[in-house]
Amino acid sequence: MAGISRDEVAHLARLARIEMSDSELDHLATQLDSILVAVASVQEVAQADVSPTSHPLPLTNVIREDLVRPSLTSDEALSGAPAKVDHRFKVPQILGEE
Amino acid sequence: MTNIHSTAAQMSEALSEGSITSVELTEAHLVQIEKVDSKVHAFLHVDRENALAQARDVDAKRKSGEKLSALAGVPLALKDVLAQKGVPTTCGSKMLEGWRPPYDSTVVAKLKQSGVVILGKTNMDEFAMGSSTENSAYGPTHNPWDLTRIPGGSGGGSAAALASFEAPLAIGTDTGGSIRQPAAVTGTVGVKPTYGAVSRYGLVAFSSSLDQAGPCARTVLDTALLHEVIAGYDQMDSTSINAPVPQVVTAAKKLDVKGLKIGVVKELSGEGYQAGVQQRFNEALDELVKAGAEIVEVSCPNFEYALAAYYLIAPSEASSNLARFDSMRYGLRVGDDGKTSAEEVMNLTRHEGFGAEVKRRIILGTYALSSGYYDAYYGSAQKVRTLLIRDYQAAFAKADVLVSPTCPTTAFKLGENVDNPVAMYLNDIATIPVNMAGIGGMSLPCGLAPEDGLPVGFQIMSPAMKDDLMYQVGGTLEAALVSKWGKTLLSEIPALAGK
Amino acid sequence: MALSYDQAVEKYEPTLGLEVHVELNTKSKMFCGCATEFGAEPNTQTCPICLGLPGALPVVNGRAIESTILIGLALNCQIAPFSRFARKNYFYPDMPKNFQTSQYDEPICINGYLDVEIDTDDGKMPFRVEIERVHMEEDTGKSLHVGGETGRIHGADYSLLDYNRAGIPLVEIVTKIIPGAKKYAPQVARAYVTELRDILRSLGVSDVKMEQGSMRCDVNLSLAPIGSGALGTRSETKNVNSLRSVERAVLGEVIRQSNRLDAGERIVQETRHFLEESGQTRPGRSKEQAEDYRYFPEPDLVPVVPDATWIETLRGQLPERPSARRKRLQAEWSVPDKEMDSLVNAELLDVVEETISLGAEPARARSWWLGEVSRLANEREVAPTSLITASSIAEIIVLIESGELTDKLARQVIEGVIAGEGSAKEVIEKRGLKVVSDDGALMKAIESAIAASPDTAERVRSGNIPAAGALIGAVMKATGGQADAAKVRELLLKHLGQG
Repeated sequence: MAGISRDEVAHLARLARIEMSDSELDHLATQLDSILVAVASVQEVAQADVSPTSHPLPLTNVIREDLVRPSLTSDEALSGAPAKVDHRFKVPQILGEE
Repeated sequence: MTNIHSTAAQMSEALSEGSITSVELTEAHLVQIEKVDSKVHAFLHVDRENALAQARDVDAKRKSGEKLSALAGVPLALKDVLAQKGVPTTCGSKMLEGWRPPYDSTVVAKLKQSGVVILGKTNMDEFAMGSSTENSAYGPTHNPWDLTRIPGGSGGGSAAALASFEAPLAIGTDTGGSIRQPAAVTGTVGVKPTYGAVSRYGLVAFSSSLDQAGPCARTVLDTALLHEVIAGYDQMDSTSINAPVPQVVTAAKKLDVKGLKIGVVKELSGEGYQAGVQQRFNEALDELVKAGAEIVEVSCPNFEYALAAYYLIAPSEASSNLARFDSMRYGLRVGDDGKTSAEEVMNLTRHEGFGAEVKRRIILGTYALSSGYYDAYYGSAQKVRTLLIRDYQAAFAKADVLVSPTCPTTAFKLGENVDNPVAMYLNDIATIPVNMAGIGGMSLPCGLAPEDGLPVGFQIMSPAMKDDLMYQVGGTLEAALVSKWGKTLLSEIPALAGK
Repeated sequence: MALSYDQAVEKYEPTLGLEVHVELNTKSKMFCGCATEFGAEPNTQTCPICLGLPGALPVVNGRAIESTILIGLALNCQIAPFSRFARKNYFYPDMPKNFQTSQYDEPICINGYLDVEIDTDDGKMPFRVEIERVHMEEDTGKSLHVGGETGRIHGADYSLLDYNRAGIPLVEIVTKIIPGAKKYAPQVARAYVTELRDILRSLGVSDVKMEQGSMRCDVNLSLAPIGSGALGTRSETKNVNSLRSVERAVLGEVIRQSNRLDAGERIVQETRHFLEESGQTRPGRSKEQAEDYRYFPEPDLVPVVPDATWIETLRGQLPERPSARRKRLQAEWSVPDKEMDSLVNAELLDVVEETISLGAEPARARSWWLGEVSRLANEREVAPTSLITASSIAEIIVLIESGELTDKLARQVIEGVIAGEGSAKEVIEKRGLKVVSDDGALMKAIESAIAASPDTAERVRSGNIPAAGALIGAVMKATGGQADAAKVRELLLKHLGQG
């Protein structure tokens, strides 16, 4: 498989919301390249007739009753907030569409 | 005379007899921490006030004749990845510097309920990603056996606290070996229970389908005692096993392996394994034979792909689990000058708040899940998981437990592998398959490697939901080795330079 | 020359797609026990789980699964024997985990249909809308944008987040693409959403108030030249907050897209925003790159495997289909289509049925609700059912039937009840609105009227019956309108020798 380019890493950094400098992107691209080579071996052995495992345990139908339980107080909920106004979390202006 | 060098079981007995109080015991450990932690750096936060308050409470209850659990009043070190209400929980990251959770993880709630005294939070690789604790944003922990060496990771702090007698008990978490490998390189005991045996509620997630909290101590029995405190069904965790906790304390005391078949995994030995590690492992096998067990060789051919599959699944789940760290609701916020957008603040915060290894794995995980690559990477890795489970099923048809050296080498030097992620990842080659299959794994010390005098770990793997088998074999082996050596391994540990 | 709608549908064939999100009325949230009450103080209905705090884990609300299966059954879907949750990964401040726990390729209900009826030039026509899937997910928090002119997101200085709504269960219902509606596409869309809303209401799983956001509709539309057999590029329109808006959004998009196509321009695949005032749509913020959601199975939740017994029990709980109920009532009441449509459009079926069940004669029940009560309601711009209850109207109708009230008096009683003067009986008492039917009292009034207009009385005696009208009017006036006019006429004519 072809190596991973700096542009691809930049795209991934955008998806992951991590700011990165050009040199960081380059460095990461090199490291990811070697990792990807090492992990590509999984494709050799992953045949079509093998089903994937998402959970190590065969549990199903774990549900709870529709009962109300005590919530945190708003003070507790906001206790870690970097900024708050009137019991709400204050966040910088959002660019995306709601 | 009970002191910080005693086992937790001995401390428990002394507390029951009344020959020592919990306050005295706790104080003694706090003194030890003060004495040596500037060198070891096992602790990120020492919770003096709360610890002594808990100790006083236990002493009062004991005095009034209240029935207490076995480990009530015994001190413990808690890996900083578990939420403890009101106490700083950093996960070894700048992202959560100063964050005090408004709730207790289930593990902590159970510890408190049992009267265990939590001394403080221990150092770890950031968000549990690493094998050396060098990825901690707060500086590495040093191996008490040799302060220039790593204590293992991600739970190096907990293991080092045990080895330096700062605590007799510790809690770690294990995703790919983060309890067992530190145990191996510090000469302590560490167990990753069957997946689902211990609640993950309040365990800050790294890789959800692999993470598991587990007991750590200096002896197998101590670990078993702690196992019985923290394990059990939790309705707050949908992946929790709804079944009784196996009788691991009984198993640890059995001291008998007659008739048991011990499967040596062919693929977890040989090339890449340090000679002294292999030697001590083989010697331990001899002890088990002497004790009446039968050794069989088993082959798990798909183990070859386990590391690769792990380094796709774990970062993928991590990339999603760590998305919540965006500065909006808690944690670090960088770059908010009133004009920057939320998106920019997120980008800057995550750049500052996460270290290099975390960023590397997030990007890797994002890649493995991205459209067009899912099938080749994440999807394929999940199939490898199925194959590993099949390998284990076949192996467990031939043997009751499986064994291997816990990791290929003894503790390497600090700084030796920081620029070589792939070399670093190889530390987990023997521990990873256990997490991938969701079964139980234990590491206990089996000697010091002749070439460097550093601890070697012996790994025991038991089938899912049969954790008691690990404790049975581990307890027997430990007794045989201690008897052979005439002392415990840790009694050999060099004194920490300059008291 | 801009194309009109009619011109557009002569050239182009619309293909529809409708996505409806429904907020379930469970008492607690989808994955945690927080309350779901509307209007609570901000961030008072949150917990570590719905806030996405580090370490928190979800546990599925069983009632939400039931509700979703009921919806699927009502929509003639197959209930999947094996269904899984998946993470939809993207960053947005109103999403605490920065992923939404939803379902991806293994939804709980698939392949259903909903039959609706639309009015065409050739009369009522049935139309089948095929349903692709019904799945479960969770709602986001609510943001308040501060500092901009309109309180909208553009130009805001900062935003304030309330997570009370985060984690409330949502069900997403997605149709397959809907071809063949031709020029009736707007009506088909509206009929589908209306019928869907009525079904959801009859299931009791949601209060489906579009204006409050407990039911949200996204409209997808593409055009292709008639007979081309191809599919055009579709647009997705959000912010469609009423049934009428659904219809208008389709109309508006057909006009917009057809005009673009006619001018040789491409249709951009994009998300658009519906504008209530103009009925047009405007483009949403264009994103630099299409979002890659990197779906993968939710590792913190286990699969949902509904067994056949459970499904059949739920199937047995399905209420009568709204369309079937309408047909049944129409037959029972022998009501013509037009009147039935009026009742349905005014949403009076339930209250009329209730009024009848409380003893009112059916035709009267219908005409009072459709007539007087609706008139008063329209004046006040409220719903008829919010003005007065079925039991009050039933009470009044029963009194009319027994002769104790005339229609005219009944209108005054209704007015009194609405004004809050009390129950129907109390208003009658207070205002003295009973029909005067006592012959003695009536005769007195009749004799007075005759005495006051002897010439008119004489004309009646000589056979001029219509002249009696003036005398009857005088008696009605004298009795404050409370005489039974028919009775007055009867007695008067008899008295004057004409009856």
